Amino acid sequence: MAEIQQRIAGLFPEATFEEGDILTVGIPDAKWHDLALALRDQLHFDYLITIVGMDWVETLGCVYYLESTSDHTRIAVKVTTTDREKPMLHSIADLWSIAGIYEREVYDFFGIIFIGNPDMRRLFLSIDWKGFPLRKDYDENPDVNPVPTDNERQSDFTDTYVELPDGTVEKREERVFQPDDFVVNIGPQHPATHGVLRFRTAVDGETIKKIDVYMGYIHRGIEKICEKLTYPQTLHFMDRMDYFSAHPYHHGLCMTIEEAAGIEISRRAQVIRVLMDELSRIASHCLFIGTFCMDLGATTMLFYTLRVREQILDIMDKTCGARMTFNYECIGGVMQDLAPDFVQDVKALLAVIPQNVKEYNKLFTGNVITKNRMEGVGVLSHEDAISWAVTGPSGRASGWACDQRKAAPYSIYSELDFEEVVRHEGDSMARFKVRMDEIVQSARIIEQLIDNIPEGEYCVKVPKVLKLPVGHWFRTVEGCRGTFGVYLESDGTVNPYRIKLVPPSLNAAAVVDHITRGNKIADLITIGGSLDYIVPDMDR
Amino acid sequence: MEVTTKSMPYEAWKDNEYIESLINELQQNGTNVIVGSFDKLINWGRSNSLWPLTFATSCCGIEFVSLGAARFDMARFGWEVARSSPRQADFIMVAGTIVHRMAPVLRRLYDQLAEPKYVIATGACAVSGGPFKKSYHVVMGVDKIIPVDVYLPGCPPRPEAMIYAIMQLSRKIKVERFFGGVNRQQKQEEFLREHPIEGVDD
Repeated sequence: MAEIQQRIAGLFPEATFEEGDILTVGIPDAKWHDLALALRDQLHFDYLITIVGMDWVETLGCVYYLESTSDHTRIAVKVTTTDREKPMLHSIADLWSIAGIYEREVYDFFGIIFIGNPDMRRLFLSIDWKGFPLRKDYDENPDVNPVPTDNERQSDFTDTYVELPDGTVEKREERVFQPDDFVVNIGPQHPATHGVLRFRTAVDGETIKKIDVYMGYIHRGIEKICEKLTYPQTLHFMDRMDYFSAHPYHHGLCMTIEEAAGIEISRRAQVIRVLMDELSRIASHCLFIGTFCMDLGATTMLFYTLRVREQILDIMDKTCGARMTFNYECIGGVMQDLAPDFVQDVKALLAVIPQNVKEYNKLFTGNVITKNRMEGVGVLSHEDAISWAVTGPSGRASGWACDQRKAAPYSIYSELDFEEVVRHEGDSMARFKVRMDEIVQSARIIEQLIDNIPEGEYCVKVPKVLKLPVGHWFRTVEGCRGTFGVYLESDGTVNPYRIKLVPPSLNAAAVVDHITRGNKIADLITIGGSLDYIVPDMDR
Repeated sequence: MEVTTKSMPYEAWKDNEYIESLINELQQNGTNVIVGSFDKLINWGRSNSLWPLTFATSCCGIEFVSLGAARFDMARFGWEVARSSPRQADFIMVAGTIVHRMAPVLRRLYDQLAEPKYVIATGACAVSGGPFKKSYHVVMGVDKIIPVDVYLPGCPPRPEAMIYAIMQLSRKIKVERFFGGVNRQQKQEEFLREHPIEGVDD
């Protein structure tokens, strides 16, 4: 860390440094693009985890979280502006492909314009939306933004802001599609988009020329609601983002709050959390296989995979009291103890998993139609996976070892013996196979733990009204679909000042345009299905 | 008259008063013996083959998938023909949160459903906004956009609850007057008059 700080200070004397759990660099906006370039190329921080938009009342700004894919060190960069009327920062969309979408999100929530971003439209809210909802002075009166009764106004144009040589910034209008493009609308009500996602697809015959991903059809503003709630009250939203990763997401937020509050949780709670994480991973991948195969026409597979999923849901049901939105992990441990026959049920599940996986492979993986439709379709290269920050099984299918359980082990994962499944083909088939193999690995983790659940309390005593010290924390966990990050900033009160949730699905949806270009429309279904995004997760 | 469906005993239903009020309304309006018998036959057929629209925005949609799979198997009741096009569906199960951007889309889907059409508001979000009551972008209940026939609480409702909700709907269909459409269609027209959409002539 000290070495990195020295090198940055040598290159940029105006940089300020803030020591915390990770190094935070402050830099004036004018130098930010140069610093970003140096961080990426000279210091090898090649993975942009997220851009956290912030409103500190006197200033607006962004916190950029970067990670090095080789040694997994992290760095944060803070860039601010004092202009609230027309805040502007420099874009880094030319350095990281995913930054384009991240910056649109910040623009949507905070109104910060990024100079040089080729596409400065709102991301989740409509173009007629008044105000920027995550600003502290946002007017939430429903009369300002009433429920629309007529169709949303659409525009074929997007804005970009260009800096001229004399320093002034000029606004330009650009077309999203070319004037002679034939644009087909897919979604939001379409069975193959896996939820309410909309693709505006420019096609040339059957070949896809460009896709404009349109989100926000399930944007509920979870981050803003969290700011009005106390810490324990914010937890249940984790169930409703990626509802298959309810346990890992809960784990992530609980872990962040516990660390901020300095709460140590018992070994028993740790083990229960990991068990639940891995059980939900199996259930999630099972549903992925089922729905993905159904998209490709193999309807029967859904019934085979849901058989295992139902068995897991029964186990969850007995312990957590719900089939889907569990709200089981809480600050300090878990809500209640394991059900008496938990161990027995899990063992029964472990006994059937190998034969089920074998059956799936026999029914589907080796099928010649499957191979023709999936092999070599939608190849995502290793470099692109990092540049687009596509984490989780989709990233690992492109040869990027990005599993947070290995890269930055949290909870008890460092003690467990399991393999990180990595493949190198990068196509739809690889993404499918990675998930298939992860079921086996998750079962292996459960096997190691199920006989060794330690005795002890399942939840430590935590004050009813929880106040966190002033500060900010950023933690990541491995959700079922990739790296899930939580940024938490506290101002010392009972409510969080800002919670930023970093969902993996946003990146998976953003990359669709890049990897479908030149493919056929039918491949869009294969590629979209294999990326396995969850729309409520990306929209929040 | 006891209205029940799928050989469930009449006493086991929760809100018989509501169905009885519908029956009263029917009886007061009076009907011809022949037309009444045709009504009964048609309603019997319709209530036993309800086709849902595949419409899901979030968690409730996944429970709807479970409902379609082998364990809960809605094919037993004749509901398994889930259609992706609203033109072919009988009812829409609003499974999930409806937000501002989705509201005009849902309204349009509803307008595209062929008559007679029904709506089940599935889950806390569709009923009232649910856990997102404090949100700036969530519609607090789909009954603000489209008329709702059955409200199904839960977050998400279990598949068993979904079965019960659709059975309630089919019970409601059984006491409808198909010819002339008295008790339902009027309400719908009233609703559409009260909630006009610019440029759309209801």
